Amino acid sequence: MSNALKLELGRRYRFSASHRLHSAHLSEEENCRVFGKCNNPHGHGHNYVVEVSMSGDVDPATGMIANLADLDTFVENQVLEEFDHKSLNEDVPAFRHKVPTTENLCIEIFQRLKTFPKAKLERIRVQETGNNSFEYAGDNLEGNCP
Amino acid sequence: MVLLTRKIEFAASHIYHNPNFSAEENRRIFGKCNNPHGHGHNYTLEVTVEGEPDPVTGMVLDLKELKEILEREVMQRMDHRHLNYEVAELAGQIPTCENIARVIWQLLEPKITRGRLHRVRLYESPDLFADCYRNGAGAAGKS
Repeated sequence: MSNALKLELGRRYRFSASHRLHSAHLSEEENCRVFGKCNNPHGHGHNYVVEVSMSGDVDPATGMIANLADLDTFVENQVLEEFDHKSLNEDVPAFRHKVPTTENLCIEIFQRLKTFPKAKLERIRVQETGNNSFEYAGDNLEGNCP
Repeated sequence: MVLLTRKIEFAASHIYHNPNFSAEENRRIFGKCNNPHGHGHNYTLEVTVEGEPDPVTGMVLDLKELKEILEREVMQRMDHRHLNYEVAELAGQIPTCENIARVIWQLLEPKITRGRLHRVRLYESPDLFADCYRNGAGAAGKS
């Protein structure tokens, strides 16, 4: 690979989950004011889209930064299996005491995927609906690209 | 600095096969992409150019000019072609998203003389794509 260029592989995954935005540090009124409908007591759900960006050298023998089957299996095991068709608040220990906003979801998914052994995780973008999305790049200064 | 992006679509076929691998290795590494008669995709290409708008025209570069460059360099070369056998720049390479994106960068970069090529993003499907950047382009230069 020419060192003048940087290649990234982008892959999108989908899962559906419910959540409720509620903070134990806020009063009932404050929760209602801050989170609005998202504070409704029994939660609600979204079809989330997770965009994973990985960088690395392109192996001349395979033409790949990472084998998609390896990446798919890793994401399935680290994220999708635990998140899909679950309640983020009830079923994911990380959100027992942390509000499962999509900001926090991005960070949680980044932490889970940064140990992928075959490429470097550049950033995670999570789309909560077609109209809003969130990105997290950890300490990667180059992560904030369009 | 302003970024402008033009999108085009083309359809092409390809196969992933490395003659240095055994049949079993090819099958294991490339899976369905190794099926002997190839297969195809509708590719979506997004080309992003960076630059300052010209004070007279208000343009980084004329979109018509970019459209013509994409037609000449990409569409005529790749649309309704077999990427392994009909695109000389990909000869001897596995035509993955990563390699095609890099070849497209190399084709376009010298042709874009107003503004500067910023990013090539090639989608093989809505869920799989590759980005090609100039190495070391920092966050400020990318956003």
